[in-house]
Amino acid sequence: MPNDQDQRAGERAAADTGSTPLMPVGFTVNGKAASLTLDPRVTLLDALREHLRLTGSKKGCDHGQCGACTVLVNGRRVLACLTLAVMHEGDEVTTIEGLGTPDSLHPMQAAFIKHDGYQCGYCTPGQIVSAVATLEEIRAGIPSHATADLLAAPRVTEAEIRERMSGNICRCGAYSNIVEAITEVAGGQG
Amino acid sequence: MRPFTFERARSPAEAAASAARNPGAKFIAGGTNLLDLMKLQIETPLHLIDINALGLDRIETAPDGGLRIGALVRNTDLAADARVRRDYGVLSRALLAGATGTLRNKATTAGNLLQRTRCPYFYDTNMPCNKRVPGSGCSALDGVSRGLAVVGSSDACIATHPSDMAVAMRVLDATVETVRPDGGTRTIPIAEFHRLPGDTPHIETALEPGELITAVAVPPPAGGTHIYRKVRDRASYAFALVSVAAVIQRDGTGRVALGGVAHKPWRVEAAEAELPRGARRVSERLLADARPTRDNAFKLTLVERTLGSVLTEARS
Repeated sequence: MPNDQDQRAGERAAADTGSTPLMPVGFTVNGKAASLTLDPRVTLLDALREHLRLTGSKKGCDHGQCGACTVLVNGRRVLACLTLAVMHEGDEVTTIEGLGTPDSLHPMQAAFIKHDGYQCGYCTPGQIVSAVATLEEIRAGIPSHATADLLAAPRVTEAEIRERMSGNICRCGAYSNIVEAITEVAGGQG
Repeated sequence: MRPFTFERARSPAEAAASAARNPGAKFIAGGTNLLDLMKLQIETPLHLIDINALGLDRIETAPDGGLRIGALVRNTDLAADARVRRDYGVLSRALLAGATGTLRNKATTAGNLLQRTRCPYFYDTNMPCNKRVPGSGCSALDGVSRGLAVVGSSDACIATHPSDMAVAMRVLDATVETVRPDGGTRTIPIAEFHRLPGDTPHIETALEPGELITAVAVPPPAGGTHIYRKVRDRASYAFALVSVAAVIQRDGTGRVALGGVAHKPWRVEAAEAELPRGARRVSERLLADARPTRDNAFKLTLVERTLGSVLTEARS
């Protein structure tokens, strides 16, 4: 059920627009069921951050150019800023909060810390979610622009990692350390 | 975003009928381009019809040996399909040259064809743009036009079509299958699907109001060497300055289409007769009616050189 805060946010949105009817939507986030009643304009990112208080996913550009909002939907990485929450009825969403916790880090989180794969940290949740999905995509045999032979299984190489992570921008320029972190996790799991 | 009402469609015919019934309605699938434009209030639909549950997400082998690609097949899944990788490499390569993994996981086959231009003046709501506000003028003609069209353009618009996938679909002679609001269906050849700007650049495709794409079909494999070469300002995640989609046979004959140079994927079948005689002859025919600006005349040379590189690769 929507909490009071959601209800108030919804009423404010409705007052702003005059007549946009609110819509119910239900999906799971990090394994827990969430039921919200939302203005259809609310993006998945705003639903996560403003309504469910999961502020790990970051709003960088809000136009699908920076990757800071990357989350997994049904196991695939997508940009939460470029999809509406009401389009995710029944979906399974995983955010950075669902990958690991400070006491029980995901191997990718641990590798980012070890290799100093960030400076300011703002793009980091998106980088880590995207990196986890990148290794899954290579394991699943999905090719990339850097894959030389379309008929062979792609391998984990620096060129593959850089190409596949090109939608996650780091203004601090921690790319070389990010590549090292991902390469280490790939080796450990390979 | 401007307010809109939202509906989850249950069948393609129902979606098309709803679009015809609701003025200002738009279909939404991946939403990666539409929602960006809605945030900028360049697109202001009054009603959104979510078509994601229509089941148009399969790639079927057609009776003729070609492929029938559902409108909702995601770009990632199309590029990774074993049949596409084996028999339609130019399509797989074009898809993988576009956008990023996160966007390709969402973006659909039909939505990719319907992308709007990335002309900077289309995006800048403070500037005139005939595509955004018909009759307001074209800011690009005397503006920054380095990335814009060199051929097939008009005094009303020099925007380019941004898609890589569509260039491969053009070289493969794809057809676009649709359903209309009255439930009738039709098939549109890809050559007739996208329009040149003329004096109505806001009308970009042959689709009629409410008409919904259900599939894109490609004919049986044409064999040959498949190449998609994209030249851009960055190594990844950038639109094409020039791209070449090519299917070249062992005897040097084949087909080529260009991206990044026109309002639609640019192919001139008559130019392909020159393929055995080299890139210069082909590009002269492809660009015979070119009207570049001072900023983008370099694309004429770039087309010839990119095509030359592609033909060299095909021979090796």
